[in-house]
Amino acid sequence: MSVTVEVSNLVKQFDGGDVRAIDDVSLAIEEGEYLVLLGPSGCGKTTLLRTIAGLEQQTSGDVLIGGSVVNGLPPRVRKVAMVFQSYALYPHKTVLANIVFPLKPEKLPKQERESKARWAAELLGIDLLLDRKPRQLSGGERQRVALARAMVRAPQVFLLDEPLSNLDAKLRASARDELKRFQQRVGTTTVYVTHDQAEAMGLGDRIAVMDKGKLRQLGPPVEVYDDPADTFVATFIGSPPMNLVPRDDTLVGFRPEHLLPAAHVSGERVEVSFDVDRIEYLSGDRHVYGTVTGIGKDSRVIARLPATVTDPVTPGESHAFAVNVDKLRFFDAESGLRSEPVRVDAQHG
Amino acid sequence: MADTLTEPTAPPKRQPDGTRQRLADRDGFLAWIFLVPTVVYIVALVAIPFFMAIAFAFSDVTAGNPSYGWVGLENFYRVFDDAVFWQALGNTFVFTAISMVLIVVLGKVLAMILVADFKGKWLVRFLVLLPWTTPVALSSVTWLWLLHSIYSPIDWVLRNVGLIEDNMYFLGRPGLAMASVIAVHVWRLVPLAAVIMMVGILSIPDDITEASRIDGAGFWRRMFEVTIPLTFPLIAVAALFGAIFTFTDMAVVYVLTGGGPTNSTHVLASWSFVRGIGGGDIGQGAVIALFLFPLLLAAAVLILRAVRKMETI
Ligand SMILES: Nc1ncnc2c1ncn2[C@@H]1O[C@H](COP(=O)(O)OP(=O)(O)O)[C@@H](O)[C@H]1O
Ligand SMILES: [Mg+2]
Repeated sequence: MSVTVEVSNLVKQFDGGDVRAIDDVSLAIEEGEYLVLLGPSGCGKTTLLRTIAGLEQQTSGDVLIGGSVVNGLPPRVRKVAMVFQSYALYPHKTVLANIVFPLKPEKLPKQERESKARWAAELLGIDLLLDRKPRQLSGGERQRVALARAMVRAPQVFLLDEPLSNLDAKLRASARDELKRFQQRVGTTTVYVTHDQAEAMGLGDRIAVMDKGKLRQLGPPVEVYDDPADTFVATFIGSPPMNLVPRDDTLVGFRPEHLLPAAHVSGERVEVSFDVDRIEYLSGDRHVYGTVTGIGKDSRVIARLPATVTDPVTPGESHAFAVNVDKLRFFDAESGLRSEPVRVDAQHG
Repeated sequence: MADTLTEPTAPPKRQPDGTRQRLADRDGFLAWIFLVPTVVYIVALVAIPFFMAIAFAFSDVTAGNPSYGWVGLENFYRVFDDAVFWQALGNTFVFTAISMVLIVVLGKVLAMILVADFKGKWLVRFLVLLPWTTPVALSSVTWLWLLHSIYSPIDWVLRNVGLIEDNMYFLGRPGLAMASVIAVHVWRLVPLAAVIMMVGILSIPDDITEASRIDGAGFWRRMFEVTIPLTFPLIAVAALFGAIFTFTDMAVVYVLTGGGPTNSTHVLASWSFVRGIGGGDIGQGAVIALFLFPLLLAAAVLILRAVRKMETI
C-alpha cells in the first residue's frame, strides 16, 4: 500500500501564540485508509487538518501529498477536498451549483460537469434536491451536499472536520453509518476529525489520538482501546474510562468491564475487595462505583457489569471482585507512559 | 357553544401604583412616544420643505416679493425653455452614473485593501476615512486650489515630469471641469462605500471563503462567484448612498466650478440654487428642485428592491 498523505515533524505555532497547536507530529496515512483524528477540544485536530489542506502554513516540518512535498502550496493544487464542520455551502447557489463549483477549474464541457455532479448527488441520495438553496435543506441534507461537493472532483484525500457535530443525536448515528458505507464504496483516503470516541471507534481503520498538539497514539481502534500507550489515551478512550490504581511508582490500569465479581473471572486473576457506594443502570449494564482494595493504594474505581452478570451487588457492602491478570496494564506514575508489567499478587482461581 | 368552553376570566387586579405602570405597559402608547421625535423630524425637515417646494413651484414668489400668487404652470414653461436646465439635468445623470460606477469599483478595491492583513493597517484605515469626515465645502476649496488654473500643484507636477507644456486649466474647459467634479465626488464618497463594503466582506464566514479556495477557485472566481454575490446587498447600499449623495449635492459644483465654464457643469441642485436663491426666482428654483424627487425616489425603490431580493438568499 502506498502512502497518500504524510506529515513529518510538523509544528504549528500561531502568530502571537506561545503554545504549539501542533507539536512535532509525524504520521502517514495509507491509500484508501480511514484515519480518525481523535482528541479533546483544543488539542489541535482542526489545525492539523487545515495544515494538510493548505489553509494554514506550518511553522516547521513537511506535508506530503501523493509523495510530493506540498509545503507552501495553496489548497487549490493539493487536490484535497474538505468538509467543514459548518458545511460551508455557498448560500446563494443551488445544490447543483454548489456541487458543480469545484469542477469549474477542470476544463470540461458544461454538460459533463453537470452529469458528474448529478452522479455524486445520486450517490448521496440528494438528486431530488438539486434546485434548492442550502437554507431550504435540513442539517442531514446539507451534510450530504457538502460531501457530494467534496467527492465530485475525485480528490486524493477527503478531510472531514467533525462533519456530524451539527446533527442531532439520532441522525448522527445513521449518518455515521452512511459515511462509513459511502467511504467503503468510493475508497478514497479519508482523514476524519472528531472529539467523539464512539465515532472514532466506529469509523476509523486507525485512530490517531492527540492531546495538546501531540500525537499520543496511532493504531487500530482495538489496539488503542486495549493497549493504550499512556494514561491520557487510557482515560480519554472508553466510557467509563480505564481505572488507574497507584501502586508504588506504577499505575495499574484495568477497564471497568474487566472488574467483575470473582466468580466470573477465570484464569490467572487478582482478587480484590470492592466497597460499593453507588450503582447506575445504563442501557442494561450496571455501573458500580466504589473503592477497591488489594491492587495497590485503595482507590475509587468503576466496574461495569454486563446484563449477563446478575450477582447481587449492594451499595454499602464489600464484595469479592477480581481482574484477570491479562487485562492489567501498567503505566509509569511519573511520565504516564506504558511500563513493564509488575507482579500484582495474583492468585489462581 | 364557545361560551361554555371558555373559563370566566377573573377581573384584572388593580395594581397599587396604578396609572403610571399601566401607561408604561401599553405597547401602543410607548410606540407613539418613541415615534414622536422621528415624526417631528420628518415633518419639519422633509415634509414641510417638500410641500412648500410644490407650492412655490406654482407661484410667483420671489426673494423680493414673498406674497403668494398662483401662476399655474408658468414656472415650468420658463424652466423648460431654458437650455441650461436641460444641460443641468443631463449633467446630473452623467455625474451620478459615472460617479456611482467609480465609487462602487474603487470602493470595492479599497474595501479589499482594508480587510487585508498587513502592518500599519490601522493608519491606512484612518487615512482612508479622512475624506469622508471632511466637510464637503472645505474639501472642495482644497480641490479648488489643487485644480487652480495657474497655481495647481497637479499642473506643476505634470509640467515638471514633462507630460504637459502648458497648464491644464482643469476647471476652465467643459470636459475637464466635468471630470474634475466627478473626481471630487468619487474621492469624497469612495471611503464611505469602502467601509460599507468592508462590512460586507467581513460578514462572509471564513469557512465559505476557505471552502472556495479548496474547491480550486482563484482570486477572480472567488470575487465574482462568492464575495460579490454574498455582499451584493451592501454593494447596492453603497451604490445607493453614492448615487444619492452625488445626485443631491451642490457644494462640489458650486465651490469648484460655480457651474462654469459657461454653465456647462451645472447640476439640478446647483442650478436650482443659482436660480432660486442667487437669482431670487423662488418659483423656478422650486420647479428645478422638484425634479430631484421622482428620480431619487426611483433610485431608492430600485436599489432597495434589489437588496430585498438578495435577502432571501
Ligand atoms: N487562528 C488561530 N490563532 C491562534 N490560535 C489558534 C488559532 N486557531 C487555533 N488556535 C489554537 O490552537 C489550538 C488548537 O486548536 P484547534 O486545532 O482548533 O483544536 P481542535 O480542533 O482540536 O478543537 C487551540 O489552543 C486554539 O486556541
Ligand atoms: Mg476543531
